[in-house]
Parts: sequence; structure tokens; C-alpha cells
Amino acid sequence: MKQPYLKFEQIGMTFRRGQMETEVLRDVNLRIEQGEFVSMIGHSGCGKSTLLNILGGLLKSTTGEVFLEGKVVDEPGPDRAIVFQNHSLLPWLTVYGNIAIAVDKVFVSAKNKSERHDWVMHNLELVQMAQAKDKRPHEVSGGMKQRVGIARALAMQPKVLLMDEPFGALDALTRAHLQDSVMEIHARLGNTVLMITHDVDEAVLLSDRVVMMTNGPSATIGEVLPIKLPRPRRRLELATDLEYARCRAAVLEFLYARHRVPARAAA
Amino acid sequence: MQAAQASNATIAVAVPVPGATAEIVSFRPPARPIFERLREIASRAAGILLPPLIVLALTLIVWQLLCSEPGARLPPPTKVVSDAWDFIVDPFYDNGGIDKGAFWQISKSLGRVGIGFSFAAVVGIALGVLVGQSTWAMRGLDPIFQVLRTVPPLAWLPLSLAGFRDSHPSALFVIFITSIWPIIINTSVGVRNIPRDYLNVAAVIRLSWWEVFWKITLPATVPYIFTGLRIGVGLSWLAIVAAEMLIGGVGIGFFIWDAWNSSRISDIIVALVYIGIVGFLLDKLIATVGHFVSHGVAAQ
Repeated sequence: MKQPYLKFEQIGMTFRRGQMETEVLRDVNLRIEQGEFVSMIGHSGCGKSTLLNILGGLLKSTTGEVFLEGKVVDEPGPDRAIVFQNHSLLPWLTVYGNIAIAVDKVFVSAKNKSERHDWVMHNLELVQMAQAKDKRPHEVSGGMKQRVGIARALAMQPKVLLMDEPFGALDALTRAHLQDSVMEIHARLGNTVLMITHDVDEAVLLSDRVVMMTNGPSATIGEVLPIKLPRPRRRLELATDLEYARCRAAVLEFLYARHRVPARAAA
Repeated sequence: MQAAQASNATIAVAVPVPGATAEIVSFRPPARPIFERLREIASRAAGILLPPLIVLALTLIVWQLLCSEPGARLPPPTKVVSDAWDFIVDPFYDNGGIDKGAFWQISKSLGRVGIGFSFAAVVGIALGVLVGQSTWAMRGLDPIFQVLRTVPPLAWLPLSLAGFRDSHPSALFVIFITSIWPIIINTSVGVRNIPRDYLNVAAVIRLSWWEVFWKITLPATVPYIFTGLRIGVGLSWLAIVAAEMLIGGVGIGFFIWDAWNSSRISDIIVALVYIGIVGFLLDKLIATVGHFVSHGVAAQ
């Protein structure tokens, strides 16, 4: 049997604080093929960020392993670049500097100085931020910061691009605009993407598959929904598309009918 | 229609060509805002400058009244100015020995503060980073720091005189030991408060320990470091005057002590004003440098 590109195998995560033990994840199994765009959706506290951080190498799973191209993932690295929810740009560096710090480190031997400069500019152009390269993060809008965050991750040429609720902190119009940009970039570069989201429309619009998580504690994957909408997808046309409506309804049904947040968690 | 034209005509009767009116009208508006803006700036400046000037004037008047009667123990402002006139108008005189102008006295003191404070900054930042990064260093060193930082500056002087057997390094040591504590403590707090996200970014791009230190830890801690440096420089300026009183030689501290011994009360008062102004400028200097070095990090 062919090895999958990215594989979560029997992932379990238990946090220990003093005498208290909390099992966040149990028996998570997932296979992702190269070039796939996979979203992970679930209620707050279902451990989806934990799962992403395990893949990112920022957390070590209690049980199970993650395999990327057959190799065990056990530390953070640029082959699994992360787009953080709150952009995480370094405020003392310019937009250019924030990408250059990653490019200079990751491609220190693979590219010479001018190639690295060109590569930084190329990625800034990819997210339409080249004109703001000398601004500092606090001088640009929230949407622009997240564009830079995406450019920084893309510039590392990751095998998997990890996005942790990348548009969660943005207003609806900016979010739609960035979603379109991400779809465009994905179509052009064919990255493998794992994205965490709270937004049903976002998940259905962007993904090839939507992974739905059950509620924690001891959360796991409840269901995986393939989205068989043709690409390129246009949000205006999809608004009246029957298949889109069906997928959307399926995710909503999973989240709100079968795995509603328990009352105590909602309170 | 005709009535309106007629009334316009009475108003603009002095203007022969219609085009000329348009020109005059278009010239006026830019002129007015400039005048108004000047007035606005002037009134704002007055709002900032007037209150302290009024308070200063009142203080001087009250002081003058209180000290004018015969037998007053302190000189009134007019007498201070006339007594210390030579000291005020020529800060650059040098009659040999310790009989030098205000500029030389103050620059000698500033030189001592500069050396002692620089040492304190380097050692303080290094220790602060150590204490901030290592839990064990913090557990071991923090209690000692917390006790030592409460020791008054001058209490260190006899000990350092005993150790160095020379007044000059002793004064430097007192400056050093006085200003180092806020630098250590603020730096370590800054290092401990580096946002987790920055370190995650560093981990993803696999920066080495050394690169994390230069590219993440130091820049992220800059605002905290400069808070420590500001407090430190203020404390060292407090300490230098007292230390110089005891060790003698050229310096604004011993100048005051010397003036007291020769009953030149007016010189003391002028020196106090100078010390206050220099201390204020030192604080502003560090704050300004910090503002530029931190690239607006603190603004977030």
C-alpha cells in the first residue's frame, strides 16, 4: 500500500497539571495527500489547535506519531511552516525583515544573498504586500499583517502549510478577500494545507476535505466530509450552488445537531 | 433675480472687473488658516509654558520676601544671582586645583556616572537575561538581588574604599552598584514576558540559541531594558553627588561640600539648579534613545 504524504497515527494527548490529568485528544488517525487542502473544524476546546501544534512540532503527543513523507515529526521546522492566528510578526522588524529573517535562515546555503532578496520580494508580491515592505507591523492593518504572516510561511516552501484560524481575528470583508487570495495561491502553488477554522463557510469554500472533530475532552475525528466542488471556486456562484448548500448543511448538522457544545462548556 | 443682482452690486461696487473679485476671494482663505494656526500654536504653547512660569515667578517672589529681612539665614534670589555671578556667567574658568567652573565640575561628575553606569548597563543586562531565561539562576540569584538592592548607595562607600584603597574607583563602584539593580530586574522581567508566539516563530525557522538571543530576546526586551536604564541613570545621578561629597576632588558633589565649608550658600543654590537640570536631561536622553532603539515596539 502506498505511503500517504502526511499521516497522523493514533495520536493521543494528555495534559498533566499537578494531580489533574486532562485527555484532550484520543485515537486521532488521518491521512492527507500531497496538494490537498484540508480544514479542521470543531467547537472550542476540541483540541484542534493541539493537533496542529503536534504536527508543527511545538507539542509532543503523549501517544502515537505523525509521519511526513514517511519520517517521524518530532521537532518544529520550516517544512511545516505555521500561519499563526494573531499573525505573530516581530514588531521591531519591517514587513520585509519579518520574511527575510525566515528566508535568510532557511535558505542560508541554498540561495545566495541576492536570490534570497528576490525570494522575499517574490513572496511579498504573492500576497500583494510588496508596496508596504518598509512598514512596521503596527503601521499596517490586521488583514495586511496576516498577509505578511502567510507570506512568511509560504516563503519557507513548506511541505505542509499549517494555518491556525488564520482569519479568525479579521472582519468579514477582509476575511473574504484573504480567503480568495489563499485559494488563488493554493491553485498556483499546489501546497498541501491543513487549516483550523471555526467558520463553516470558510471550511467548505476552501477545502478538499473538511475534518470534523467531536467535543473534548478525549476529542477525536468524528467525520470527514469530501467537498467535491470544482475549482476555481467563486463565492458568488457558490451562494446558490446545491452541492455547496448540501456540504454546508452537513457540517452544520454535525456541529449543532449531533455534537452540540455541552451546556456546561457553553456557559 | 434683478433684486439680488442689485444687492450684489451694492456690495461689490468697488470692483470694476468680475474676474478680479474671484482672484481676491481665492487669495484670502489660505492666508487666514496660517494666521489662525499661528494663533493656535501660540495659545497651546502658552498653555504649556505659562503655568510653570507663573509658579516659578511666585516661588521666587515668596522666597525673595521671606529672605529679604535683615538676619535671614538664606540669601534671597537677587543675592544668589549677584553672589554667584562669576560662577553663573563663566562656566569654563579654571584656576587650578579644584577651583574650576560649573562646566568642568559637572562634566567630571558626568564622566564618573558615564563609566559606572556603562558597566552597570552591560553587567545588568547580562545578569538580567540570565535570570530571565534560567529558572535556576532566578531561584538562586533573585533573593540576593532583592536584599542587596535595598542597601542605600552610600552604605557601599566605606566597603569599596576598603576594597579599592582609592577614592576614584570607589566612586565608580558606588555608581555601578546603585544603578545595576533596576537594570537587572527590568531586563529579567522583559525576558520572562517575551510572547510565546515569537519563540514559536523562532522554533519553526530553527534559529540557534545565539540567534534567538540576538534576533528575538534582545529586541523584544528593549523596552524593558530601557525602563531599567532610565531608573538606573536617575539613581546613579543621585548617588554621585553624595559619593563625591565624601571622596573630594573635582566634581559637582564636592563643589557643594566645598561651598558649604566656605559659606558660599549662593553657589550651592546655583549648583542645585544645575544638578536638577542635568538629571532631567539624562532621563530624557535615555528615554529618547530607548524610543529610537525600540522601533515603536513599546507603542504596541
